[in-house]
Amino acid sequence: MNELVFFINNVVIAGSVSGSIYAMGAVGVTLIFSIMRFAHFAHGDMMTFGAFMVLLLTTLFPGAGSAIGVPTPILMMPLAMVLTAGLAVGIDRTFYKPLRAHGVKPIVMVIASLGVTLMLQGLIRVFAGTGGSSLYVDDRKEIFRLPIPIEGVRVPVVITEPQLYLFALTIICVIALHFFLSRSRLGKAMRAMSDNPDLAQASGINTNTIVAVTWVLAGGLAAIAGTLLSLDVTFKPDLSFFLLLPIFAAAIVGGVGHPFGAIAGGFVVGFAESLAVFNWGLLLRPFRDSLPAWLELPHNLAFVGTEYKIVVPFFILVAILVWRPTGIFKGKVIT
Amino acid sequence: MPLLDARNVHGGYGGMNILNGVDMAIEANEVGVIVGPNGAGKSTMLKAIFGLLNVSQGEILLNGDPIQNQPPNKLVRRGMGFVPQEHNIFPSLTVKENLQMGAYLKPDNVKRMLARIYEFFPPLHDKRHQPAGELSGGQRQMVAMGRALMAEPDLLLLDEPTAGLSPRYMNEIFARVKEINAAGVGILMVEQNAKQALGIADKGFVLAAGQNRFTDTGAALLADPDVAKSFLGG
Repeated sequence: MNELVFFINNVVIAGSVSGSIYAMGAVGVTLIFSIMRFAHFAHGDMMTFGAFMVLLLTTLFPGAGSAIGVPTPILMMPLAMVLTAGLAVGIDRTFYKPLRAHGVKPIVMVIASLGVTLMLQGLIRVFAGTGGSSLYVDDRKEIFRLPIPIEGVRVPVVITEPQLYLFALTIICVIALHFFLSRSRLGKAMRAMSDNPDLAQASGINTNTIVAVTWVLAGGLAAIAGTLLSLDVTFKPDLSFFLLLPIFAAAIVGGVGHPFGAIAGGFVVGFAESLAVFNWGLLLRPFRDSLPAWLELPHNLAFVGTEYKIVVPFFILVAILVWRPTGIFKGKVIT
Repeated sequence: MPLLDARNVHGGYGGMNILNGVDMAIEANEVGVIVGPNGAGKSTMLKAIFGLLNVSQGEILLNGDPIQNQPPNKLVRRGMGFVPQEHNIFPSLTVKENLQMGAYLKPDNVKRMLARIYEFFPPLHDKRHQPAGELSGGQRQMVAMGRALMAEPDLLLLDEPTAGLSPRYMNEIFARVKEINAAGVGILMVEQNAKQALGIADKGFVLAAGQNRFTDTGAALLADPDVAKSFLGG
């Protein structure tokens, strides 16, 4: 039974944590693609920017959270979401909008977003330094050890406070997104524009408004994902940049242009990663005595070592592009 | 005062003129039909009226106000609706959502107009929760026309509404066009099926090489041996 708890801690919880973060990033990427038809490579750094804003605000007002009983970084997150949404809209107005007005090819937009990536990363490094820093300035990261009330189980299920916030916020965001896209006038207009931009315009939908709303949503979600990732580990200026590959893998697995596909894709990639690095030897250990004598259980029986985790989304990405380029749900093919 | 009055319209794409002085006027209670050979500028004329391409010379009046080169969303507000020939629905949105998008600028219309459109096109009511992309060609055309009607336009522009439809649906669409017109919406449509279309037309415009060749009532054009010989295939 202890082994099962190991499995829960290392696969179920770890997979849900990365899955949730990938999902929130991938939703942004997929929304941007379906409205503006380009792969937004600066998305990881928008996540970092959100986390950086939280770091800044928490450093400025370290005691603010204790007054109402939540960790200060969590309290500062809504403000950081607004700031990141503002940044996203600002970046669009300054860099992407003039290019769109010229009617450039998508690849030009992609390269422009690479430029924005380098710029954002540089800016954040100027202010935050190159090293890591904890978002918990005045607070302490709560770690919950939940004992399993079964005899013989000594290992507790371990879950941290930011992870609980992450799960709760992911569920809230998914539900909110569903209602926004399927019920609200603006959400339907967004889907209409993704379907047929010319007809959306001919129906009187203001496409500039839809573009701005897309950036606000993508920026807000990026800020949540970036902050909770930094709370789960620690803040680093290039932390979210390295999530770009799994996030794009998630968006493509889910079918580009499908927000709920992106969420599913995020969890597929997250669980695939944690399943691939899990030491399966642990689960076989209880059966050690019944195994034939010649079969000695190796010390580590994982598919890939933790340091090569990035191979997993890369493999999924290549596999899906080769065998099912439209993803789980039939999406668009990124060109 | 005519509902639509286009005078000496010149225009085209990127410096290349396709329209070389087209005149076109219809009243609110009329169905106008534009016919002519391929490349005559029929669809181009509709697009010029709906602000989708640059009008370099001439003027277009809607209810007496000049509207040339205004963006489509302004024209929708002013009472114009446009149904393109292709890509005229939102395929992944449900039928109901497609119709709601038509009244995007007039949200107060939605409830009342949805009921009217469903009454007018009963198949759409049955399929209102289905993605519009799953419908048959004729039903898609109904969705496309319904979407444009949701904003209660004074003038409806239809670009080849019967293209690719079976004869059964073709007659159905023509009958619907007449009914929409009878309900007080001026219609200007481009048609390949010239004979049938001129049959329901109050005014017919035969275009060739971006200019008017014949302009008369539909019946007169059908009876004219010159028109018949050169444009209606004898």
